[in-house]
Amino acid sequence: MSTFDLSKISVRELNHHLHQLAEAGDIDLLEPRGAHAVACGLTAPLNVSIRGPVGYYCAGMNERATVTVHGNAGTGVAENMMSGEVRVLGNASQSAGATAHGGLLVIQGDASARCGISLKGASIVVGGSVGHMSAFMAQAGTLVICGDAGDALGDSIYEARIYLRGKIASLGADCIEKKMRPEHLAELTQLLTTAGINADPATFRRYGSGRSLYHFHSDHASAY
Amino acid sequence: MENKPQPLSPGLRESATFNRHVIHEIQRAAQTGIYDIRGWGAKRSLPHFDDLVFLGASMSRYPLEGYREKCETGVILGNRFASKPLHLDIPVTIAGMSFGSLSGSAKEALGRGASEVGTSTTTGDGGMTDEERKHSKMLVYQYLPSRYGMNPHDLRRADAIEIVLGQGAKPGGGGMLLGQKISDRVAGMRTLPAGIDQRSACRHPDWTGPDDLEIKIQELREITDWEKPIYIKVGASRTFYDVTLAVKSGADVVVLDGMQGGTGATQDVFIEHVGIPTLPALRQAVEALSELGMHRKVQLIVSGGIRNGADVAKALAMGADAVSIGTAALIALGCNSPQYDAEYQKLGSAAGFYDDYQDGKDPAGITTQNPELAARLDPIEGGHRLANYLRVLTMEAQTIARACGKSHVHNLEPEDLAALTIESAAMAGVPIAGTDWIPGKRGGF
Amino acid sequence: MENQLGSLFVPMLNCLSGRGPDSAGFAVYRDPALEGTVKIVAQHPEVGFEWEGFFKPFGAVSLTVIASHCVAIVPGQPEIVRAKLELENAGVTVMCVGSSMEIFKEKGFPCDVMKVFQLEQAVGSHVIGHTRMATESAVSTAGSHPFSTGSDLCLAHNGSLSNHNSLRRNLRREGITFRTDNDSEVAAGYLSWRLQSGDSLETALEAALRDLDGFFTFAIGTRDGFAVLRDPIACKPAVLAETDEYVAMASEYRSLAHLPGIEEARIWEPEPARIYTWEKLKDTPSASSTAISISLAA
Repeated sequence: MSTFDLSKISVRELNHHLHQLAEAGDIDLLEPRGAHAVACGLTAPLNVSIRGPVGYYCAGMNERATVTVHGNAGTGVAENMMSGEVRVLGNASQSAGATAHGGLLVIQGDASARCGISLKGASIVVGGSVGHMSAFMAQAGTLVICGDAGDALGDSIYEARIYLRGKIASLGADCIEKKMRPEHLAELTQLLTTAGINADPATFRRYGSGRSLYHFHSDHASAY
Repeated sequence: MENKPQPLSPGLRESATFNRHVIHEIQRAAQTGIYDIRGWGAKRSLPHFDDLVFLGASMSRYPLEGYREKCETGVILGNRFASKPLHLDIPVTIAGMSFGSLSGSAKEALGRGASEVGTSTTTGDGGMTDEERKHSKMLVYQYLPSRYGMNPHDLRRADAIEIVLGQGAKPGGGGMLLGQKISDRVAGMRTLPAGIDQRSACRHPDWTGPDDLEIKIQELREITDWEKPIYIKVGASRTFYDVTLAVKSGADVVVLDGMQGGTGATQDVFIEHVGIPTLPALRQAVEALSELGMHRKVQLIVSGGIRNGADVAKALAMGADAVSIGTAALIALGCNSPQYDAEYQKLGSAAGFYDDYQDGKDPAGITTQNPELAARLDPIEGGHRLANYLRVLTMEAQTIARACGKSHVHNLEPEDLAALTIESAAMAGVPIAGTDWIPGKRGGF
Repeated sequence: MENQLGSLFVPMLNCLSGRGPDSAGFAVYRDPALEGTVKIVAQHPEVGFEWEGFFKPFGAVSLTVIASHCVAIVPGQPEIVRAKLELENAGVTVMCVGSSMEIFKEKGFPCDVMKVFQLEQAVGSHVIGHTRMATESAVSTAGSHPFSTGSDLCLAHNGSLSNHNSLRRNLRREGITFRTDNDSEVAAGYLSWRLQSGDSLETALEAALRDLDGFFTFAIGTRDGFAVLRDPIACKPAVLAETDEYVAMASEYRSLAHLPGIEEARIWEPEPARIYTWEKLKDTPSASSTAISISLAA
């Protein structure tokens, strides 16, 4: 177990150390106090515990590492993650999991606006609710919302899948409710289990692209 | 101001307001119900570098002899914060153009040509291909609102990172690629279904505004351990403020693209009517840098209608550190070549006029994903042609610089220039030839 | 907590210097002027400016000079005093007119600005502060935030308005005056106009949501507290921390991290297009009074 204290070293020094590590190992980060870019760009299968709230872009572009934030996370947590796991035990600010390609992001509390924006294949599971414009232009991957969704859910969505249990404020352009088939239930069950969230998959609804914006056409000019 | 075509026969009088092009466009809109999308940059006549001339040596200034008396052309980009700045042999780089809007052979040719003469190429709105990384000695990796294909592995094997806010053809607009060019490979790289029309965001997904950009830049530096220069690219618009903010956000290099800058696919109205020409944008950018005391410390690369060594020299004289070429590079590779004129005609165009890059039917094999067409471009021969063109650009610029008595192209300065028109004088901040007059309010932007 | 107001606030602003290095300012609410008197804060760029002479025609009861600013207490009513000040020249900039609010702002790095105006020692009920990265107007003292919009009213802004030029023209026709090209000053002027027309703060902010276009997080200081408003797209950040002792707001959590009891505080983000207001409870015993404390945007 290696311990780093961000009240004593800079984020640069921390990330520099972490980038040198190649093997698995446990890392404890103390006193993050909302610092930005903490544990971003990791490539080794480290197990990082951050003992407090972080600022923007925590675990940005994460690869293979498991990062747990014992607190809230600021804008863009796990943005562009490629693989591995990021867990936020508190709430996440906007653009959580933005444009992430792979891996799993779990937010136990609420996520804010634009959760999963431009998603490119990762899985995001939110124990609470998400804000407006979540899954905006989401291209691939899965967003699971155990609470409610804000306005314009899945606006301009491509092939990403959304599972929602609670209320929806409004649907975005070309986002429609879809039938839950056995393979979807299976996927959802597996995600909830891996996320460690206790929720009955049968109470969720599925949303996805209506695929009507896939070709420019004057008939849907009003969608713009 | 449209170029007025010659009347076909006496008695036929064309309207300057509703000319043939405008009439055609209204008819097309009525037929299809969708805006016109095309490639290339602003096609209309604009005040540009042609309106400026150099004051060559005479009695008060002495020229340098060609060949023996050196005129250096090397440029260092990105030494403000990065530990590994780029060292270019010539002050001309290849601008960002995506694999997707260009064929794989075209990207490879660009890489080969640029590497042959010691300069960089830039990826585009589709990510980095292995071929491009392999063939390009110096590769700048674009970081765009869409984030197609973005990943830390490519970020780390890039030589510089270019955060794109916009481009000259469409400042404020997002990327666009139509279904006919979303081949399986392109689709795979961009995580999109093949064959659909790509919609792209115009804002970055996880930051808005220069104060948040500063934090984003820090993150990118952290991920790459502070090695790579960070460029910020803007389309020419409110350039003075944009450049000021780029510097304050922490950029190493600013890339400025005027409205003449090309695109693979954008709405025609956007290309022609949004953004300002390269000339006034360049002047504003240099003023902003000078006011901050950052001229030459944050380097400036300018693009948008760079065509010959005179343009290069004029851009440098006005204060740029380097220029970037896009459209010109494609033409050097063979775009709009007369050898394909018959095929251009079949497409409803002609050699020298073709701008329908969005269709993906380019007979020259450059702006297409069609494998048969793309095969027509031999990347080695294309690379060689580009290298030839880049050498000519450099030699022409050196010739002019020597004639002005400069031993380094960077020693060209605004006072080496004179303007031929009132607009260009006002835009470039250069006096009208034979006078001291620079029209317009000094101090306003 | 009132005794620690300044010392708690200084690190909040320091933290945000990176995203706003051009200039800084703050509005602190303290030492209310007595009934029948008005508090003025004015600024002059010249060191050693003759403040006594300037305020003589107003019959100043007290004058306190802090660097380039002067806090004066004069007898009268705010609107009349304000109108009289507007006739003055002499290169003096009026920062604010009211009863308890004092605005100090200057070009320069935030920690320097705060030191010069002795913010660390400030004692008061609440403070709004701001660090600036100028987007489209010049870096100047007048262009710094917060802007005063009326008696004991101020506004700080993070973001960029897109229709401020048209708004400014309309507001000028309504009699509002502007000193800068700054979009934030237009937002402040807009608010003044609505309040002068008889709107409550809530109604004025609702109107602002309709009429102001662009991106914004606003922090508005009022005599008894503050308000926060984000535009409907809500790209610009805002974080709130609430405990039994205080309410604090900032553009980044980092800015709040040092506040006492922050680990137990309720941390949340305001919804877009929703008006939030906080008011100090009056008539509470001093020992456990809820001091509405700190507010900030950058």
